[in-house]
Amino acid sequence: MSLYQILFYVFASVAVLAAIRVVTVKNPVHAALYLVLTFFSTALIWILMEAEFLGIVLLLVYVGAVMVLFLFVVMMLDVNIAPLREGFIRNLPVGVFVALVMIIELALILGPATFGLELYPSPEPAPADAGNTLAIGQVLYTKFVYPFEIAAFILLVAIVAAIALAHRRRPGVHYQDIDAQVRVRAEDRVRIAELDADKTRRGDVAGDSKANQDKETS
Amino acid sequence: MITEWLSPVIGWMSPSWQYLVVHVLLTLVIVLPVVLAVAYLTLAERKVIGYMHVRIGPNRVGPRGLFQPFADVFKLMFKEVITPTVANKFIFYLAPVLMLVAALVAWAVIPFDDGWVLADINAGLLYVLTIGAAGVYGVILAGWASNSKYALLGGMRSAAHKVAYELAMGFALVGVLMVAGSLNLSEIVRGQEGSIIHWYWLPLLPMFVVYFVSGVAETNRAPFDISEGESEIVAGFHVEYSGIAFALFMLAEYASMILISALAAVLFLGGWLSPFQGTFLDPVFAFVPGIFWFMLKISLLLFVFIWFRATFPRFRYDQIMRLGWKVFIPVTILWIVVEGAFFYFEVGPWF
Repeated sequence: MSLYQILFYVFASVAVLAAIRVVTVKNPVHAALYLVLTFFSTALIWILMEAEFLGIVLLLVYVGAVMVLFLFVVMMLDVNIAPLREGFIRNLPVGVFVALVMIIELALILGPATFGLELYPSPEPAPADAGNTLAIGQVLYTKFVYPFEIAAFILLVAIVAAIALAHRRRPGVHYQDIDAQVRVRAEDRVRIAELDADKTRRGDVAGDSKANQDKETS
Repeated sequence: MITEWLSPVIGWMSPSWQYLVVHVLLTLVIVLPVVLAVAYLTLAERKVIGYMHVRIGPNRVGPRGLFQPFADVFKLMFKEVITPTVANKFIFYLAPVLMLVAALVAWAVIPFDDGWVLADINAGLLYVLTIGAAGVYGVILAGWASNSKYALLGGMRSAAHKVAYELAMGFALVGVLMVAGSLNLSEIVRGQEGSIIHWYWLPLLPMFVVYFVSGVAETNRAPFDISEGESEIVAGFHVEYSGIAFALFMLAEYASMILISALAAVLFLGGWLSPFQGTFLDPVFAFVPGIFWFMLKISLLLFVFIWFRATFPRFRYDQIMRLGWKVFIPVTILWIVVEGAFFYFEVGPWF
């Protein structure tokens, strides 16, 4: 067995085992971490298949950003898991039915009739200087530029909508106005009070007390 | 070359196994100096900050305190490692290791000199960005697994501010990618051939500043060290760690400082290129190897890291968030547009 094959089987089995653990493990934080491991192994398999751009971007987007926010939320939750795990037997028939339908559908599409080895001979390995990044960029910004831009626009609209729905100015909430904080000058905050010296102490006559006290203190 | 040297020992293996063995050895050749540099960076930091405070700093162990790092390492190694009773043990010990791995694996794509790179991959910039993004996990998991409120608060703060600065950093890298026209770090350095004004720091000055400051924030260094925040949350995510586990966090922090400096040197300061290239001084300095210039640039940037720590007070949390989201990201996006204009009018020697 070549190193390539060993690596493929290691990554593939880790990905499958971790994916199973995502749904079987009790602790939600552990489940999220197993999901990270699944993404990681899948990305490595992609890199083995010379799709380094896809692999690295999978890690960057899902592991680097999405799962961090996911963990952020899951860690803050204090959910009691037990009620969520109830009803396994009751929901089992529905679950089995949905799973069976999905398996049959997948088998119809991905079976040997349509994806057989004779229909798809294994591709030639790309030459050493060929980059997956360049290849994707060249078609993404020429042939598929409209779908790409439209997808980006839909995402932008979704972001704006989510912010518009969630963002409201509530009365009575105090915000830090940093511009005002930066613009502040010493004169706005500090008032230098000119206090007359204490005249009652020794019954000084008003007028020459200031000069006297200066002398005493110095 | 190394494969030929080692052929008496590993010649019986198949080529892909030989490749594996050679690259494991090369990895050691990179990692060991990095770890040694970390040890002496801690000493340099204490000395530099000491002189900035008008005091001497450590000077007891060895001549002028030169063996102080070893004393620190041995002290940390022989201290008791305490595990909090209700901590999640596996994740508790996984977190520092994850952080260290993230700080070390990115070195694979750093070119030390022309051709001196472990993995000359054509998506090097993306790889670096990804590894940086994965480094957040160490802090978050350490905070969560410690089962301590201060640690959790530290982890949360760190997750939020790292995500913010990650974006600014990514946009700064897009700027470099536009000028260089390549994701390969060696190609990026070759694109900066010429004198010191051909380096990308000049056309990308806002990007350079944003990248370096975001790098300081990413490594949890002062003035962005709110995830530690001694005055508010004791020591943040690593309150519960002691002994060698704590040492791993420190090792990871300093290794990622060196990494950020190395990346800034590669992307904006011409990597291994001599600053006198193309001037009359070029023949005078022709004997200096490229790796020397690279190390010099890293050292200068590391000095700036230490200088920041000695100079600035810690940011307030909302100020950090504002700087990341409302200042850095708009600045980088604006500068990408400006770069587009530079391209159109073919400004200077860069475009």
